[in-house]
Amino acid sequence: MRDAVLIIDLDNYTYEVEHRPDLFEKWLGGTGVAVQLMREHMNPKADPLSPENVIVFATGPLTPAYPLASKTVAMFKSPLTGNLGESHAGGRTATSIAAAGYGAIVIKGASKKPVYLVVENDKVYFRDGRVLWGIPDSLIVGRIIAENEPGRGTRTMMRIGGAGEKLVRYSCVTTETYRHYGRLGLGAVFGSKKLKALIVRGRKKYLPADAKKYREVYDEIYRMAIESDAMKKYHLLGTAANVIPLNELKALPTRNLKVARFERAEEISGEALAEYNLGRRIACSHCPVACIHLAALRLPYENEPYFFRTIMISYDYELIYSLGSMLGIGNRDDLLRLIHRVETYGLDAMSTGVCLAWATEALERGIVSEKDTLVKLAFGDVECYLKAIDFIYEQPTDFYRHLAMGVSHAAEVYGGKEFALAFGGNEMPGYHTGYAAVLNYLTGMRHSHLDSAGYSLDQKAKDLSPEETIDRLIEEESWRQTLSSLVVCFFARGIYTPEVISKAFEPLGYSISPDELKKLGREIYREKARLKVDLGFSLDELSIPKRIFETPSLHGKLSENFVNKALEYYRKKLMEML
Amino acid sequence: MKRLVVEDIEKCVGCGLCMFACSRKFAKRPEIGNSSSAILPVSLSGFERGATVIFCRACEEPPCAQVCPSGALKPKKGGGVVYVESLCLGCHYCVEACTLNAIFVREDGKIAVCIHCGYCADYCPHGVIAYKEVEA
Ligand code: SF4
Ligand code: SF4
Ligand code: SF4
Repeated sequence: MRDAVLIIDLDNYTYEVEHRPDLFEKWLGGTGVAVQLMREHMNPKADPLSPENVIVFATGPLTPAYPLASKTVAMFKSPLTGNLGESHAGGRTATSIAAAGYGAIVIKGASKKPVYLVVENDKVYFRDGRVLWGIPDSLIVGRIIAENEPGRGTRTMMRIGGAGEKLVRYSCVTTETYRHYGRLGLGAVFGSKKLKALIVRGRKKYLPADAKKYREVYDEIYRMAIESDAMKKYHLLGTAANVIPLNELKALPTRNLKVARFERAEEISGEALAEYNLGRRIACSHCPVACIHLAALRLPYENEPYFFRTIMISYDYELIYSLGSMLGIGNRDDLLRLIHRVETYGLDAMSTGVCLAWATEALERGIVSEKDTLVKLAFGDVECYLKAIDFIYEQPTDFYRHLAMGVSHAAEVYGGKEFALAFGGNEMPGYHTGYAAVLNYLTGMRHSHLDSAGYSLDQKAKDLSPEETIDRLIEEESWRQTLSSLVVCFFARGIYTPEVISKAFEPLGYSISPDELKKLGREIYREKARLKVDLGFSLDELSIPKRIFETPSLHGKLSENFVNKALEYYRKKLMEML
Repeated sequence: MKRLVVEDIEKCVGCGLCMFACSRKFAKRPEIGNSSSAILPVSLSGFERGATVIFCRACEEPPCAQVCPSGALKPKKGGGVVYVESLCLGCHYCVEACTLNAIFVREDGKIAVCIHCGYCADYCPHGVIAYKEVEA
């Protein structure tokens, strides 16, 4: 197994490589290994924006051996929530880190002046980043570096835009232009370290233990990937396929979740985007599915006839929710312009949308004034939102300075917590499906909908008791720890069953049974829970915005009593575990 | 004579499956990764602008073989080259000589060049490349 950990210290511009077979054999890679590396390298009390914070990028043992083992786990202390930050991205991150020879990369300390890092096989170059610092557009930063650095086609290039430099707590790290470590503010951690970009390239080879078997198992997984129905959904419309079904279920948060059904959902649906805008599809490295959908947006220049610009914009369900329905935006061009603006600065789309939705309602209710917001925010009005996104980056007023720290923080200062849609400090994802989703947001290790897929449980099962709901969520999240330690794309979870994973390991010379894999997931869950508690997580500090109980969901109006019962049960489970 | 050809470059999604396949091409010693890959999909400054798939086009008079000092690269009948790994010095003269940049440097310093075996074509999920009979 690939067991090299590259440790880069920005305080002194030094690096070293450690071989850690102990870590990788026990914890596989990805999440499992990242948790341990965080433990080893970070003071749990660290201020997330101080040099003490640590960034871990960890890849898994199936990369680059098999298709769809295409993701990298980033772990850090989140400047948004003050707790565990974990975010996954694809692009070429995983295959490039593996090609450079590493299982994981740890970045510590902070540079005095802006730098960007180039990792090339055994070497790390600390490059002067002063010229790039201050360029707010992450797309341009990417292009400049691309011109200067070799490795076309095989390198990965993770970088921040202006939002990360300005320490917007929900700024992201963009990789290969269209993929993101989106959630929980990794961009701000890069910014605080004066790290503009991280490029990784290499050309290491690995040999299977059993050559014949390796090619056979590869073919089997490849066949499943291109033939399975499970993957077709992502292949055809992409995640945007969810817009219409969720809207029909009354689970699509709209206008700051005043309602959960958007009358213009059709217009911004995956179907409509595919029919009118889809311009190209692309894939993460080693993924046959190609779920990344790029819309072509053709915009005229107002005062110059016959002059157009056409920009390509990647869209996904979460962006359609947060910058579409949540803001009352039902026009596709408007939606795409907002997505593009968010992409430019390197902001997390979900958090940005939720922050702006709250700000709009706060203005409606007179909690804040136009003096604060500078523009008359109104649901459905794209121009005001475009300006407001600029302001989140520029932070010209106290209001935007607070809004750049997240919706929970802003509501703490101005009021309006009842409709500030965040859980554990993280802005809500786009599923108002019911109890399982809410409990997922509350108990998930990173408060992300993908932690335990509560939104999916809500759609599959009705009439679960509070206890059953928690048990099912923990079970799902535990298994997902195994998947995110491998690190396979969650969209391929139907393919990578415990049996298939076990089989995939064999020709690589490593044996682990399906049962052991499941057990390992539970252990990683526990390790992560411990880390989270060390970082200060407490169930007592969780609060739920009232709005969640007011707006009927797929399961009707939700009862606080049910949620409290479930949380009590979760507390018991957690205690037992720790 | 069968050759690897590009059928429709506009459908390339940049997944690199062809590249990973090429390193697995020898049944007796498949490799994991891209060290021995002789094909490289690249974007035109971002995949939103499209792609190019770089591999040897099997020249009739291969400049790469002409500059090879050790006889590791020899012209193949019908175009392209035969690569004898054991003779390769790792001088990379061929890398410079190929106008397409279709010769790649492996981890060990030797080179990777397409031998038109067609293995990768079966792994392109989108029909961008194909292994086909062409006129010599
Ligand atoms: S490697 Fe380049 S120069 Fe040599 S035969 Fe192929 S295309 Fe021609
Ligand atoms: S045809 Fe064979 S040698 Fe050429 S790129 Fe494909 S797999 Fe590699
Ligand atoms: S496998 Fe096909 S789609 Fe993927 S990079 Fe190669 S040519 Fe492009």
